[in-house]
Amino acid sequence: MKASPYAFITPFFLVFGAFGLVPLLYTGWYSLHSVQLSSLDKQTWVGLENYKNLWSSDFFWNALKNTFTIGLISTVPQLLLALGIAHLLNYKLRGSTLWRVVMLTPYATSVAAATLVFTLLYSWDGGMINWLLHFVGVDPINWRESDWGGQFAVSSIVIWRWTGYNALIYLAAMQAIPADLYESTALDGANRWQQFRHVTIPMLRPTILFTVVVSTIGATQLFGEPLLFGGSKGGSEHQYQTLGLYMYDQGWIIGNLGKASAIAWSMFLILLIVAAVNMLVNRRLRKSQ
Amino acid sequence: MTTSDLTLPQVDPAPKPKGDRGSRRPRMIGAGRQLHAGPITYVVLAVFSLISLAPLLWTAIAASRDNTRLAQTPPPLWFGANLFKNMQAAWDEVGLGTAMLNSTLVAGTITISTVLFSTLAGFAFAKLRFKFSSALLLLTIGTMMIPPQLAVVPLYLWMADLGWSNQLQTVILPTLVTAFGTFFMRQYLVQALPTELIEAARMDGANSLRVVWHVVFPAARPAMAVLGLLTFVFAWNDFLWPIIALNQQNPTVQVALNGLGTGYVPDQAVIMAGALLGTLPLLIAFLLFGKQIVGGIMNGAIKG
Repeated sequence: MKASPYAFITPFFLVFGAFGLVPLLYTGWYSLHSVQLSSLDKQTWVGLENYKNLWSSDFFWNALKNTFTIGLISTVPQLLLALGIAHLLNYKLRGSTLWRVVMLTPYATSVAAATLVFTLLYSWDGGMINWLLHFVGVDPINWRESDWGGQFAVSSIVIWRWTGYNALIYLAAMQAIPADLYESTALDGANRWQQFRHVTIPMLRPTILFTVVVSTIGATQLFGEPLLFGGSKGGSEHQYQTLGLYMYDQGWIIGNLGKASAIAWSMFLILLIVAAVNMLVNRRLRKSQ
Repeated sequence: MTTSDLTLPQVDPAPKPKGDRGSRRPRMIGAGRQLHAGPITYVVLAVFSLISLAPLLWTAIAASRDNTRLAQTPPPLWFGANLFKNMQAAWDEVGLGTAMLNSTLVAGTITISTVLFSTLAGFAFAKLRFKFSSALLLLTIGTMMIPPQLAVVPLYLWMADLGWSNQLQTVILPTLVTAFGTFFMRQYLVQALPTELIEAARMDGANSLRVVWHVVFPAARPAMAVLGLLTFVFAWNDFLWPIIALNQQNPTVQVALNGLGTGYVPDQAVIMAGALLGTLPLLIAFLLFGKQIVGGIMNGAIKG
């Protein structure tokens, strides 16, 4: 009986070791080498060359900036919308399950399928979105070529796919708030909006923090949407090339796997910094409570 | 878990936020607000539902038209007559038929294996005492933060070394069991499996395998079903590693859709038919099991 707990967890740690941890370390190792897609066997030590290369590359900083801005304009509206929708779903509704399933439906759509559809919806000439905009007097926008337009379009795909999912997470947390908290504030004369601000939001704080972390991780690795919307360069002038996409482009389109490894490790370092900041914020919050 | 999605299964549902640990508040489902919804609530929800469903509905409309019509303004707002013709074209010419078969095989294998191994590991973390268990659990949760990008270069090199390029096992093996699944099952079993039941079975002389078979699996069954659904959705939609590891000769659905997007098929109506076909199995799953999937995501979010 003694050995069995380890036997039960072994499959997971074997898979994680072989396909997660060891590759992660090797990615670091390859990032110090020149590895070309055309000659996989030949790996030459180059030290920090790949990183220096990135540091002085405009495209790297551009990708970092795009990852950040797209992350911001996809995450913030998404979570605010999710909060609002969760609030509505938390009322006593007729057909409550149906509403929830409908909100979650975009989650069933893959990144690839969703992006193919949105690319057509956003097409410059004859696309649904430009057609709808012309009713309010907006001239056709060349979404794929414009700077902010491309970023907006890519973000809208993320928002569409993930808002319902986050709404369900908020809804679950809202339903765990004890009713007497609302009752006592109601006795104090609080209206619905004040209850939402002074009861719901504070009680949801850990959940909100969690969704922020998860969305941040997701935003850091954003890749499929910009790839299918505008190719591996993320638009003709890299308008929406993210770090994840830049890595794919360098590694498998240009064929420089060493540099791609360095980009991957840069992403990892950025995530570690985010995690550290999050931990500090978390500790602060807990102390202040 | 390698995922190209936001979902770190990682993004996937939802380890419970740490901050909640301390406060053992009574859990009354639905206790939060039981105010009746007014007409405005229904109207706003209807608008959001429309936004949720319209792109999918329009995919079907576009898939039923032809390429010339899709290039004209205004865009079509109702169905045409070409749906089956376009679907057939997508199935045969683009090879979506092979892709659907491959994806079924890949996602099916991953689902069975993930559910099985996640239940075992989740059970160990939930109910068995062993050295370093809490540290290992923390490590498991931590691994959900690692983006798939950190693994793909070495995996690509190794698979090439093994002569496995373009074979399905390259996309199956890395996801045979996931951190998300393990954590999900652990969260469920902590509450759903009474420790006394395990002890009683052991008193009767049952060995570990018997305990798992006769006590753990029956108790875990509802959560295993939900994890199976979530895992299937994830595996069916996985993107980054499959498009690196496989090519158009032996694609999964997402690899085939990626091929459609990069332009060797110029017919937009066929592309839309492909997107629709590739999504259809999951839409059917949502239609049949939507309630369970919703429940799984919500429970994953609050249990702990």
